[in-house]
Amino acid sequence: MSALLNAEDVKAQIEAGVPGSRVRVIQNGSPSAQHSLLLENEHARAVAEFLRDDAGLRLDYCSLVTGVDWTDRETSEKVKVRKLVQAADGTEQEQEVEEVRKTRVPGYLEAVYHLFSMEKKHGPVILRLRTANRTNDTTLPSLTPVWRSAEFQEREAFDLYGIVFEGHPDLRRILMWEGFADYPMRKDYVPPADDVEVAEVHR
Amino acid sequence: MGQDLKELKIELSKNGIFTTTLEELYNWGRKNSVWPLTFGLACCAIEMIATTMARYDLARFGAEVFRPSPRQADLIIVSGTVTKKMAPQVVRLYNQMPEPKYVIAMGACAISGGPFRDGYNVLKGIDRYIPVDVHIPGCPPRPEALIHAFMTLQKKIDEQSLAGADRPRHLQAELPSEFPVPEFGEHGLEPSANRDVFAAQPGNPLKVLQ
Repeated sequence: MSALLNAEDVKAQIEAGVPGSRVRVIQNGSPSAQHSLLLENEHARAVAEFLRDDAGLRLDYCSLVTGVDWTDRETSEKVKVRKLVQAADGTEQEQEVEEVRKTRVPGYLEAVYHLFSMEKKHGPVILRLRTANRTNDTTLPSLTPVWRSAEFQEREAFDLYGIVFEGHPDLRRILMWEGFADYPMRKDYVPPADDVEVAEVHR
Repeated sequence: MGQDLKELKIELSKNGIFTTTLEELYNWGRKNSVWPLTFGLACCAIEMIATTMARYDLARFGAEVFRPSPRQADLIIVSGTVTKKMAPQVVRLYNQMPEPKYVIAMGACAISGGPFRDGYNVLKGIDRYIPVDVHIPGCPPRPEALIHAFMTLQKKIDEQSLAGADRPRHLQAELPSEFPVPEFGEHGLEPSANRDVFAAQPGNPLKVLQ
């Protein structure tokens, strides 16, 4: 059993070790409580190198890279507002009313890295990187130059989610064939219609 | 063979005279020496291997000789999930087999896509591209099921007539022995199915519909 690292401690070490970097801890509410660290894209490479080389952390093993597709979503919250309200007798009165306010949160793609230390026998430290959006700006810095084991898994995330890893030595599709145009693990992926239609013909 | 001839044959054999026909002899030989292709795709292949081993012993049916080359095989057992990436290779292997050739689609995946049917990467049944003689359901089918499929195939071979309008595909020059290999397209395999596969089977009602 590997020793767990406190996400807040790691965050403090990163911010002290890599000048200018800001890290956000994203809480995991489940019993595993594996909180993750959201990095800024411009400092991700430097942070990764720090995590790997720092004498206290020595996170020398990247065990997993995966993609996550977060679609556009709407959050609604109830806000109390003071408003003129028509009362039963016809007169207008200022009252405190509850209003539902909706905010649209644009979607993004996320790459998740799980790091362990073979030397210190601790981990995991979970990193997240987020793209600007899901459509035209889906680039992230590649961490393959830091952990070679990320190479194929970053290709997989590129293949299935369309995350473009800048600095990856060989970014090609890995599971689907060359010339395939879609990103099938995205939540808005629709399989080709004739796949289903032919099944009806056969029946 | 007609019913009268069959009765005559039985009557003669009661009197110590044994007769046969060329067709019977030929089919008897063929059905008892079906050589499958050494070819497995997924977990069904493990059951196929178990079927050939001592406990279930497919050798009892004359099919113990798994050939490593499609050129020497009579039967392709599509044992397992056919991914879209693998489908062209399966069709190509089928095309490389000499006639007469037979196909057993083994397991839920091979016959329909199975649990992966709604996925983006799995072919929804190998019968979209090659003519399947026997379909076996199951996930995976037990060795007994494969043996049953095999016996069904033997029965089918035994009933094939060498002449006449309903003779099998390999004896009808105008029917294809090779089927087009699908190509990788932008969104999936192209074409997504070959509608002529079932039309190529003699006596198939779908042939009349088209």
